[in-house]
Amino acid sequence: MPLKSLPNKAPELTAFEGGYLVSPNGGWRSVRPVINMNLCVHCGQCYLYCPDGTISPELCLDYNFCKGCGICAKMCKRGAITMQKEADYA
Amino acid sequence: MAMSARDLDKREFFFGHKACAGCGGSLAVRIALKVLGERAVSVLPAGCMSAVGFNFPQLAFTNNAFITPFAATASVMTGIEAGLRQRGIDDFQVVGFAGDGGTADIGLQALSGAIDRGDNILYICYDNEAYMNTGIQKSGLTPYGAKTTTTPYKGSRRHKKDMLAIVAANGVDYAASASIGYLEDYIRKIEKAAGITGTKYIHVLAPCPVGWGFKTDETVDIAREAVDVGAWSLREYENGEWKLNREPSRPQDLELYMKRQGRFKIEKQYQEENNYAGE
Repeated sequence: MPLKSLPNKAPELTAFEGGYLVSPNGGWRSVRPVINMNLCVHCGQCYLYCPDGTISPELCLDYNFCKGCGICAKMCKRGAITMQKEADYA
Repeated sequence: MAMSARDLDKREFFFGHKACAGCGGSLAVRIALKVLGERAVSVLPAGCMSAVGFNFPQLAFTNNAFITPFAATASVMTGIEAGLRQRGIDDFQVVGFAGDGGTADIGLQALSGAIDRGDNILYICYDNEAYMNTGIQKSGLTPYGAKTTTTPYKGSRRHKKDMLAIVAANGVDYAASASIGYLEDYIRKIEKAAGITGTKYIHVLAPCPVGWGFKTDETVDIAREAVDVGAWSLREYENGEWKLNREPSRPQDLELYMKRQGRFKIEKQYQEENNYAGE
């Protein structure tokens, strides 16, 4: 599947150097959001409304801290974000 | 100048916290800190956001953050503001994040005192309409009919306190209500408050999936619908004048809004006893 742009670098903006210790929350999740870059128009609503700040403005998803609440998929007017079963990624 | 999503600080100041999935309060704190930037000093009383933000040795706040006694949010903010001013530091904003119980019930006298002194602080109340941190007990801001663990049968028999009117009566410099469903409005109000010298109060509606009884992905939807149906109003108080920022667009759908939430469900036994005719 050809992708418009696939950001593959891990989000750097969510972790500060010499900052703080937080343990990942990724294990809380049973579904994970996946962005379809062919449909995405970069409106930034998912980034804005994520309660955990796990989606960077460049739309990198930090799966270590995403809790799978699904707000991003609901906010996406284009339907570019789908919630997929975590078991398929195990 | 209005700030949009693109102009927000790209760094996260409230990250890796242990709030439940779909938490409205954490979104309110996250966005507020993004607007205020790294020179904000957060002050949090006992409540959800301090419980999920400070898990020793972890700290989810990147800027300075303090936990205060439950009743003393505004007093501690006063002290921090005075202390920093005394040391000659002036490019900071002391911001408090208290829940509805920590604002309307327990911390009310401290807030009233801070408004009376005219301290330069920004007080943000994230209103999830019950004591969610300790397991959903009724607070002064629980709406009529909402079930909590302390009002399990008929729901709350009291109406919500009008906190904005209370702080306005105390003579606050700027007060506003917001909803996490309309973040542009919320961002604008925080930005405006940060530019005012004096006591500022922002009351933001932050739905709680666990306490209100809805799915985790509906948080923002419900917060938006609350404004649309008129269950929550976006208001501003400044210079003795009230301003309504948004008219309810579909007040006829109030019933739909309430039916979406488990906390407004009427017990079968209560229906039978009272010959309740509705669904």
